[in-house]
Amino acid sequence: MISAPDVVAFTREEELEDELCSEPPLPEEYSVPLFPFASHGTNPWAKVASSKFTRDFILISEFSEQVGPQPLLTIPDDAKVSGTFDLNYFSLRIMSVDYQASFVGHPPGSAYPKLNFVEDSKVVLGDSKEGAFAYVHHLTLYDLEARGFVRPFCMAYISADEHKIMQQFQELSAEFSKASECLKTGNRKAFANELEKKLKDLDYTRTVLHNETEIQKKANDKGYYTTQAIEKANELASVEKSIIEHQDLLKQIRSYPYRKLKESDFHPYEPESALDQADAGCDQDLPTSDLAEPGETLLCAQTLSYTPKLIKAKSAKCFDKKLKTLEELCDIYFFTQTLDQLHQIERTFRGDVCYLLTDQISRALLKQQSVTNFLFEDVSFLDEKTPEKQYRGCQGLGQDALDRKCPEESPAPKVVISLGSYKSSVECVPIKMEQEMEDSQEPKLTESVTFEQQENLDYLDADIKGSISSGESIEVLGTEKSASGLTKSESQASLPVSPSPQAGRSKVGSRRTVSEDSIEVLSTCPSESLIPEDFKASYPSAINEEPYADDEEGGLRFTPKLNPDDVDERGDVSKEENLVQVDSACCIGKESPSFLEPLPELGQKPCDEDGVVRIPPQPSRQGEQGLRGGFPCHDGVAGGLLPYELDSRYLTGSREVSKSSLDECSDSTSYVSSAASTCSDRTPSPARPACQASERHKKKAGQNALRFIRQYPFAHPAIYSLLSGRTLVVLGEEEAIVKKLVTALSIFVPSGGLDAKPVKHWLTAPLHVVDFQKWKLIGLQRTVSPAGVNVLHALSRYSRYVSILDADSKTLRCPLYKGTLVSRLADHRTQIKRGSTYYMHVQSVLTQLCSKAFLFTFCHHLHLPIGEREPEECVVNRRMNFLKLQLGLANEDLKIVQYLAELLKLRYLQEPGRRASPLLRFDYVPSFLYKI
Amino acid sequence: KSSVQTIGEEQIQNPYTELLVLKGHQDIVRFLVQIDDCRFASAGDDGIIFLWNAQTGEKLFELHGHTQKITAIAPFSSSDASEEKKNLILTASADRTVIVWDCTSGRQVQKVSCFHSTVKCLTVLQRLDVWLSGGSDLCVWNRKLDLLCKTSHLTDAGISALVELPKNCVVAAVGKELIIFRLIPSNDESEGWNVLEVKRLVDHQDNILSLVSVNDLTFVTGSHVGELIVWDALDWTKQASECNFWDSSVHPDAQPEIKLSQSPNETSVQHLTSDEECVFAAVGKGIYVYNLQMKRVIACQRTAHDSSVLHIEKVPNRQLISCSEDGSVRIWELREKQQLPAEPVPTGFFNMWGFGRANKQANQAAKKMQENTPMHVLELVGDLIGHSSAVQMFLYFGELGLATCSADHLIILWKDGERESRLRSLTLFQKLAQSGDLQLKF
Repeated sequence: MISAPDVVAFTREEELEDELCSEPPLPEEYSVPLFPFASHGTNPWAKVASSKFTRDFILISEFSEQVGPQPLLTIPDDAKVSGTFDLNYFSLRIMSVDYQASFVGHPPGSAYPKLNFVEDSKVVLGDSKEGAFAYVHHLTLYDLEARGFVRPFCMAYISADEHKIMQQFQELSAEFSKASECLKTGNRKAFANELEKKLKDLDYTRTVLHNETEIQKKANDKGYYTTQAIEKANELASVEKSIIEHQDLLKQIRSYPYRKLKESDFHPYEPESALDQADAGCDQDLPTSDLAEPGETLLCAQTLSYTPKLIKAKSAKCFDKKLKTLEELCDIYFFTQTLDQLHQIERTFRGDVCYLLTDQISRALLKQQSVTNFLFEDVSFLDEKTPEKQYRGCQGLGQDALDRKCPEESPAPKVVISLGSYKSSVECVPIKMEQEMEDSQEPKLTESVTFEQQENLDYLDADIKGSISSGESIEVLGTEKSASGLTKSESQASLPVSPSPQAGRSKVGSRRTVSEDSIEVLSTCPSESLIPEDFKASYPSAINEEPYADDEEGGLRFTPKLNPDDVDERGDVSKEENLVQVDSACCIGKESPSFLEPLPELGQKPCDEDGVVRIPPQPSRQGEQGLRGGFPCHDGVAGGLLPYELDSRYLTGSREVSKSSLDECSDSTSYVSSAASTCSDRTPSPARPACQASERHKKKAGQNALRFIRQYPFAHPAIYSLLSGRTLVVLGEEEAIVKKLVTALSIFVPSGGLDAKPVKHWLTAPLHVVDFQKWKLIGLQRTVSPAGVNVLHALSRYSRYVSILDADSKTLRCPLYKGTLVSRLADHRTQIKRGSTYYMHVQSVLTQLCSKAFLFTFCHHLHLPIGEREPEECVVNRRMNFLKLQLGLANEDLKIVQYLAELLKLRYLQEPGRRASPLLRFDYVPSFLYKI
Repeated sequence: KSSVQTIGEEQIQNPYTELLVLKGHQDIVRFLVQIDDCRFASAGDDGIIFLWNAQTGEKLFELHGHTQKITAIAPFSSSDASEEKKNLILTASADRTVIVWDCTSGRQVQKVSCFHSTVKCLTVLQRLDVWLSGGSDLCVWNRKLDLLCKTSHLTDAGISALVELPKNCVVAAVGKELIIFRLIPSNDESEGWNVLEVKRLVDHQDNILSLVSVNDLTFVTGSHVGELIVWDALDWTKQASECNFWDSSVHPDAQPEIKLSQSPNETSVQHLTSDEECVFAAVGKGIYVYNLQMKRVIACQRTAHDSSVLHIEKVPNRQLISCSEDGSVRIWELREKQQLPAEPVPTGFFNMWGFGRANKQANQAAKKMQENTPMHVLELVGDLIGHSSAVQMFLYFGELGLATCSADHLIILWKDGERESRLRSLTLFQKLAQSGDLQLKF
């Protein structure tokens, strides 16, 4: 952990400057991001006055053909969340920017109704009046009874913090795409089902009609047809037609995955082989048994049980009947999955954006330290490289939630289950997971850019560039009345959104059909139309919603700008050129001088009355340059706009939050609710889906560790034992106490490059020498039984390899420690109050230690003679001097670094694929008994 | 209260600060045999033979072929200069078979299963290019595993030990007797040998447990009741004997009670080893150093371990390593003790034993001896604790370390941590240079 978000808010500027004067500045990319508005003297945690809701939430709305836009549900499902916020109004807003209701029906030249396989669209939208900003994800679901068989829906992530939406656009888009994909898959399944039923009905009706006609024919000997007979014949004909139509529809919906396969750049989603193998086992775990079966049999089974009924050939008018609910539109399993995914999204992105950003920064930096980061970092944290992985994680969680279990305890196999279920869903071909394919490209890109262009580019920039690459449309729409100064762009884009949602929608929709350009920036506020140079990359990004357009090569992807090689150019491109390009793209901002340089007072007046216009999501570079170690945050944000979480209502707002806050409190008995310093801690930090459990663990471990170093005066030698690779045995009668101590101390245990930390929480069997190789921290049961005697006997036998912390008598038997390193790590007078903060403190000290170990390990002359003749003693001397003088290590601290260096060597030398045989290194040093 | 000398946790002279546990066996591991500079084989009651890399601890081969426990193992390298050196090992098992294994390929080369009894010892006579198997009779085999000749049935108990002597002779320990055999080239065939019993030596009072050749002129035997006899290897006469040397002969202060209190198990000569000067005997729980020239015990550690010492070995730097049933391995150093009449060693020991009343006579006797020869003492310089059960045997690999095998099914490789660390650094930089990571990359 390089940066500690908690620390950020505490930093005062004066202190910072002092520090900066005394010490040489860190490289930009390593410095802790400071809160950018500290100088304004505003309370960064003040709630945004303008927003009418207390926290972020997800809204699902529908544009109903009967009643117009309407909110369907919110996540979290709690009335308090949205507060006084007008959901109906906002639904209207977000639905009004939907452009894609490309109506189905009888396209000219086609005999039968065609289903459109419409791609989702992703829009960022702001509403300053409401103080709401939203990422809006539009999608359409199929409904046999709906007009044109489609029902437009949208999912929106609504936040009061514009910058969260902007900066997390990529992530939001990825996550929502997954949710949408899941929902649509379920919908296709349900739709196919419905069609099957309808066909059965029609077939039955046809038979009945046919029989009736025959009877009439026989009964009729007059030689001419009665009107009744003609009516029947007509009806029969229309039923026949309807059957053909429906069969065609069924064919279309079933062919969807095949169609996607045909597309050149479509990579069908394939689960990993390991997961594949596990499929067989997990299928039976599915909540409903029918899901495990292949789609066909499932359909057959349902169809068989279905009794067809006589229906009218002409379907009823849509106003005559109740439309299906969202739940009915989608297969129940997939619906639940989607909801779980959305809950996950909410959990991931809740809280302040600074958490998300710091998290991302430290994650990216850690990934670079590939040589040392295995030592103290969470394996899950490091492994989690792609959003894909996150998805699996959250799918697992979702599955768990489905089973009404605690999501935090989701084990890995659960993840497998959900994937398996995907595989065995209604479509027999691999389900299209477009996002997966895109994701697989993005991280690579992000990394390469980060590595090559560290100095110039914040990695977030790269992220955003990635987003542009994905061929999604990014729209930034001002929803308030638009300024008259807007001119039409070449793509006819900048239509002012009229107050009438219908009109707006149809207009935008019609525009879409002709345009291939997806980017629009509708600006009404000149002072805000600050368009950083990054924007130029986004404008040519093509839209690709309609399957018909897929054939056109140019429209598919905008790659050139993404090329890491091009990044250099990007930096050089002058703003003038930039301006020109933007101008040509959307013809705005010409009149705005602020286009060239940001106005300093921008921050103070962010929310102009007439509409909010935001720039495509990206962190601004100006911001970074302006502030030392700048927060990669948008410049145009006001101090008051950003944070809002502090409200106490937030904490009790919903079940999840209260759960998490309870959790917080439970692990912080020494928590003193004083002043502002602790405030930031109260904000439930956004948890990475895969890391949520470990996040909790960190907090707990940190808190326990804090308590340990306060309670036990001999904490230092104990920690030294762990850091120097000497196994520490926590001996005690009570499992809970021992486990608590083990959890506390586990944060000091360096991993040996194996999968998990070498920690055994509870052991009842006698120790063996093999155990010391495997585990560096062991919780051991003390019993009075004969078996317990054996345990103690073994312990005393192997006492030279272990330090023994007796939890019952509060003693410690271990070697002496006289170094200075641990005292910084574990100061019992520390002012740190919270577990998570302490955890981060520990991580930062340990990271420092790792860097020392790294230097020591990889300095050639410290280990090998310079010349061939140089005796070994010289090398040893040089090594010792380096450790003592260069690295400033004293006494036993040497052994810590030497041990870590040994681990680094072993890790580096480890043959890929072959497991290194575990070593046990030890010293023959006397132990001492410490008592309280 | 234990009378065993302890050293504590601070062991400056103990170089073994790193260990590797080698897992593989499913039963007691009894034999370790060195194949070449960096390989060794292990075998035990599970009938499986493992080949290991002594440096990395890597398991090289797992040799399956025997159905019962292994009773003897011997390296069988071809000495022919013509062909490339082939590393073979011979293993004998309780399933009455002997198998020849190729250590390079890990394959079974040949199997002999015509034995009437379990082969308990194997000896390779490199000079004659034959090998001998000792069970209830003695068989002579050539390299192609043809039976050249065999003796008549000797005993049901079988030959317990077999050692090569000069002049094409071998000595076999059969029960209480030592039998000298001579190999005579047969007349009819060019390649054949005949085996002839030459002499029987019946000086031992009890079963002979250990038989070791010191040099071309001498060999030594030890029996269950603690007799140690030094023999002339040429004329098979008794050069010297040390009967009951654990008490009266060397240490006249021994009390009769002590003798009674000692069970035969505690006086049996479990294992013998020697260098040019001395014979080192593992007797019961103790270790004794017998000087061949002075013909007396020059140093001893009566209770070197908590229980029987199973194997001892002389290593360079006047050090001695012993392993025992108590699961520990101890490193001793033979030091010349300064003349300090005030604290004669034997008395000190008996004090520790609790027989505090050392009589004056004993002290005087001890002093008398100290006058002519320097007193030696076995100093404990380190102990290795890792096994949870009896350590059956160990193999000293020089600076590569020490391999120990035990009844807890494990083999532990003890290594010099400093050296290993240096080696790892070396390989690290070699690997860096190989992958080109030494060049700075930006």
